[in-house]
Amino acid sequence: MISATDLRLTFGKGTPLENPALRGMSLTVNQGEFVTVIGSNGAGKSTFLNALAGETLVDSGTIVVDNVNVTKLPTHKRAGRVARVFQDPLAGTCEGLSIEENLSLAIKRGQRRGLSTAVKRQYMDKFRESLSSLNLGLENRLGDKMGLLSGGQRQAVSLLMASLTPSAILLLDEHTAALDPKTAAFVLELTTKIINEQKLTALMVTHSMKQALEVGTRTVMLHQGQVVFDIAGKDREGLEVKDLLELFEKQRGLTVDDDSLLLG
Amino acid sequence: MLSEIAFYGAVETGLIYGLVAFGIYLSFRVLDFPDLTVDGSFPLGAAVAAVLIMEGWNPWLATGSAVLAGMAAGAVTAILNVKLNILNLLASILTMIALYSINLRVMGRPNIALLGEETVLTPWYSLDIAYHQVPVLLFAIVIVVALILLWRFMKSETGLAMRATGANPRMARAQGIATGAMIILGVAVSNGLVGLAGALFAQSQGAADVTMGVGVIVIGLASLIGGEAVITPSTVVRALIACVVGAIIYRLAIAFALNADFLGLQAQDLNLITAVLVTLAIVLPGVRTSLVNKLTSKKA
Repeated sequence: MISATDLRLTFGKGTPLENPALRGMSLTVNQGEFVTVIGSNGAGKSTFLNALAGETLVDSGTIVVDNVNVTKLPTHKRAGRVARVFQDPLAGTCEGLSIEENLSLAIKRGQRRGLSTAVKRQYMDKFRESLSSLNLGLENRLGDKMGLLSGGQRQAVSLLMASLTPSAILLLDEHTAALDPKTAAFVLELTTKIINEQKLTALMVTHSMKQALEVGTRTVMLHQGQVVFDIAGKDREGLEVKDLLELFEKQRGLTVDDDSLLLG
Repeated sequence: MLSEIAFYGAVETGLIYGLVAFGIYLSFRVLDFPDLTVDGSFPLGAAVAAVLIMEGWNPWLATGSAVLAGMAAGAVTAILNVKLNILNLLASILTMIALYSINLRVMGRPNIALLGEETVLTPWYSLDIAYHQVPVLLFAIVIVVALILLWRFMKSETGLAMRATGANPRMARAQGIATGAMIILGVAVSNGLVGLAGALFAQSQGAADVTMGVGVIVIGLASLIGGEAVITPSTVVRALIACVVGAIIYRLAIAFALNADFLGLQAQDLNLITAVLVTLAIVLPGVRTSLVNKLTSKKA
């Protein structure tokens, strides 16, 4: 379980460029929930995710993951509880390292690293098995450099790496946004498959309202650094993009002017 | 042509600079940390070893202390960068400048002669091989041991974490790697290797001098880049071998250039030759690739 309470964060405090990114954001994600997060540019989606991961520390508020207050912990000390897939397909893996080396890094996420050989023989069966579930033939290319893979393949491996060891929450930061539509669909399908099979708790930021409704068990919309609505269960079933827009307008008395939200 | 003694001399120095190249590979290539501390940690290693040998220490203990001193210098640079957020290049220049004073303090004077003192080489002279081959043999053993240890380290969990830190720090943090600690460890080990090189250099040359570090960074880079031009560093072990090969080729090239009478070069031209060689090593691989591309595209 992960719970964020009254998170506040302002970039460039005291300067002309002062930008309040989070203004009292609160959200609790229960075990096994798959939450999709939408919002227009500048709504605070990425900042919220960075705050959960530890990449940016909040000015005030608390973040509790599995009953541990992690508010002040840097990224690497949260990594055992928080797994992450980045938007940039090149960001989640090391291109200069082989596939097996990347996976070996991920299998020790959040654990102590010693002086024993990193790429262990006993990992190989697990690596081959999870790679073969991608149906990309990567299970026979364990020694290949990550840089030889396409963006979609690398994002698929990033997803595997994030789910190789258990975590309290999996953060997905628009992880299909930089891929072509066909590859994006493949990675999204893979995402739901992994999350369902392993019963993961996940938070997926997306730019597309359609995608936000298609997958997951709950949808949250952010606006100006706050949650504007939060729907799950029966209320969410059968909902369409236009319903979401109506909901948004009703809640805020605003109209959505970000075309990409409508078109995505 | 090169005399036999000049040849062995070049290989001997090349082996020592191979250790420097290991250090520079670790900082520049693995950690992506341009570290100029080496210009200070090389004479620091020499100074510490020379002073302790003069004090009557066992030469291997003195050499080990030089390694530790080099590691401390590297750690200072890395801490300036990681904890105080000083730009890596600038942090290393600050440490390098500070080390000039520290080296003078350590030695108490600008240079120390080690002639007639017991060094790590002394027992080896009783072996039944030519005098000028002794340092080559010992330093070859040292560098092979260092290469194997470094290679094993790079393949370990911590070593892999260090490589990830240099290649993709954001990903490394997300995998729970304390990137700051990895930079401190890596730059420390890098300068420990350079301190070792300085200690061995002082013992083979019979003196430690406060100015002996000038340009070590360029020689190390020349060795690294030259080696990479000869041996493609596609794996860690190839990259490490490239460092050694590059350092030896570099010293041999210098020796040939200085010995070729028709060129009319003299010892004072050393730094000019170094600069030319480094430039060639950087430019030539690119020229080769574009030539190959041109030739293949014409065929097609």
